Amino acid sequence: MLSRSAGNLYWVGRYIERADFLSRLIEATLRLAALPSSYGGMSNAWDSALEAAWMADAYAARGTPVDEVGVGEFLTVDPTNSSSIRRCLEAARANARAVRTALTLEGWEAINGAWLDVQKYGTHVDREALVRLLETVKASMLAFDGAAHRTMLRGDAYWFIALGSAVERADNTARLLDVKYHLLLPRGEKVGGSLDYFQWTTILRTVSALTAYRWVYRDTVKPWLVADLLILNRQIPRSLASCYEEILHRLDQLSTASARRGPAHRLAAAGHAALDQAKIDGIYKHGLHEFLRGFIADNNRLGAAIAEQYLF
Amino acid sequence: MPSQAFDEMFGHATARAVRSAYAPIADWLAESPHEVMTTRRRQAELFFRRIGITFAVYGDPDAAERLIPFDIVPRILGAAEWTTLEAGLVQRVAALNAFLADIYGKQEILRAGVVPAELVLRNPGYNLAMVGKRPVGDIWVHIAGIDLVRTDADDFYVLEDNARTPSGVSYMLENREVMLKLMPELFARLRIRPVETYPDLLLDMLHSIAPAGSGSTPTAVLLTPGQHNSAFYEHSFLADKLGIELVEGSDLFVRDQRVFMRTTEGPRRVDVIYRRLDDAFLDPLVFRPDSMLGVPGLMSAYEAGHVSLANAVGTGVADDKAIYTYMPEIIRFYTGAEPILKNVPTWRCREPDALGYVLDHLPELVVKEVDGSGGYGMLVGPHATKAVIAAFAAKLRANPDKFIAQPTLALSTCPTLCDGGVEARHVDLRPFVLTGVNGSRIVPGGLTRVALDAGSLVVNSSQGGGTKDTWVVDE
Repeated sequence: MLSRSAGNLYWVGRYIERADFLSRLIEATLRLAALPSSYGGMSNAWDSALEAAWMADAYAARGTPVDEVGVGEFLTVDPTNSSSIRRCLEAARANARAVRTALTLEGWEAINGAWLDVQKYGTHVDREALVRLLETVKASMLAFDGAAHRTMLRGDAYWFIALGSAVERADNTARLLDVKYHLLLPRGEKVGGSLDYFQWTTILRTVSALTAYRWVYRDTVKPWLVADLLILNRQIPRSLASCYEEILHRLDQLSTASARRGPAHRLAAAGHAALDQAKIDGIYKHGLHEFLRGFIADNNRLGAAIAEQYLF
Repeated sequence: MPSQAFDEMFGHATARAVRSAYAPIADWLAESPHEVMTTRRRQAELFFRRIGITFAVYGDPDAAERLIPFDIVPRILGAAEWTTLEAGLVQRVAALNAFLADIYGKQEILRAGVVPAELVLRNPGYNLAMVGKRPVGDIWVHIAGIDLVRTDADDFYVLEDNARTPSGVSYMLENREVMLKLMPELFARLRIRPVETYPDLLLDMLHSIAPAGSGSTPTAVLLTPGQHNSAFYEHSFLADKLGIELVEGSDLFVRDQRVFMRTTEGPRRVDVIYRRLDDAFLDPLVFRPDSMLGVPGLMSAYEAGHVSLANAVGTGVADDKAIYTYMPEIIRFYTGAEPILKNVPTWRCREPDALGYVLDHLPELVVKEVDGSGGYGMLVGPHATKAVIAAFAAKLRANPDKFIAQPTLALSTCPTLCDGGVEARHVDLRPFVLTGVNGSRIVPGGLTRVALDAGSLVVNSSQGGGTKDTWVVDE
């Protein structure tokens, strides 16, 4: 496959995943921010959403108030925010269009449809429109996954999309955990207090894993179990361990097809092995924050190695 | 005056009777109420929007303008008519190829004085880099789009030869797909020759011109200027149908006079390039140094014979409108036979007598720029105001070499679904001729373009023309 095409497909995967993550993050934040303040000073819900999306500095530079309207628009329809959902979809579409023939009609229509839909919202959204927009984006992204799963040849085009989406997903989950753990734990608040409870359930909602948590642990929400679920549990598709299993699997398929292994493969295998052997107690002992920071940096290195190995 | 023109369905204006090839269509039109027809047109539009979604433009602010209108009433050619056209097209393309091989080689036609040497050698389309070069099989025009018009039952004229990078073949293929979906009953009633073999014929042709030593399955690619080109959807459509990579200049590189593409599995050798990029942009080292679209060193690989290009470099001289006027002589010179397809009688404004005649008769003539295309910069005398004609006359006097003039032909009309019902509209026809080392192949039919405004003679899509499916039927 042309290296340019492989790069385009990889970035289709990444941008779709990012748009999906942002939608779920905003949805979870709307819910968190709506809680009565007696349940724990939730006025900073939008601050933490910006942190989790890694856009706090960009937003602060505007000097507008950190609230639902400001942050909601900034993360969704703002054309000047290069990481808004709108711009993610624009980037996904531009990449998809360049490799139009590598996608199926259904796959292309899902991306193009999502992009067209978001245009319709203009640059300002009220609460009702915001909620509708998030639903639309999530549905379109599911439609894309479904179209890819049902209609695409299982070849390098499919593998590169899946690879991009797994790398992005690992990054998103790790950042979400890191932001919540490091920045949102109020000093002096006892772990397991009511404030934490809603913070942790928000994390689970953001990755659509609240019900899954109950099925897996059959226990009330405890922070170390949330971390265990999202870092080490293979049953949860957004956990770091699942992402690395997926990444390694896709790189295996690509290298089998080309009979070549490269540095990206070695990095992915190392990351996979580390998660395989890790225990949540050990991660806490070592420091969850340090672990996550290290993971995010390694994951970035992997992304760079993939681009280098396949010459995007 | 459309009522005077030959009609594809009803024949000559003076003796209107449904021509035999059209009989089933006449019945179909008679039994289909206007509402049914407009519903079908709407369905066709929906289908094309989907294709628009697929290929390029849907969703862009100017998408509506860029969807070329499609008319659901087919244009039909009888088997006998087609046999004659086919022979004429093959003859014409053979002459074009012989002409190009000659003017870049021995230049016999120039020495014989059949075509004025300065018209060839100083032509902007004459590419000095190609002098003394011989592409594989000495074939230059691998893909030709020959524009034909009809004025009577047996009178077809060639309006122009497109010998560089003719486009529109994707419409030919898509139009047929739409018709098969919308009107299966017509396909059951008529024996319509298929066009769907075009991608296979094209791929065979591309493989046939691979340089020696390319292996049994040569690697062909389609080189596009990129997704901002107006024909990008066609490029991606064809690459998809052919199963070859759609590459941009930056995907290719040249090492040791060999062309490679950058793939995830490392560099891969390229043998044949179906390029949809003009000569001037192919190689910034040889042609336009500011071209970001081409491949540095491509010409050196081409000249060394390590890669084939379709079409060859330098074919623009053959589809120049000034050279066009000599095509009958060119055909006689190389084939020794009379041209099967006629040229439209043409006045070369570079000749003083002709210029005088043209200036005296502007209101009844069509005047074109010799190197123009797409229907731009032309004067259609009968449809022009006095002021426009006067302004054009001044342009013509100042620069007569740049123009040719032709009579306004009574282009044939074809029944077309209009807002008020089925009406006659003028049409032309662009068949696509593929030529490889094993000879020329033409899928039956081609692209019929239709001028959708009543009485209009301009069929170019850039000027409001539409398209029709074209059927060659066995009677």
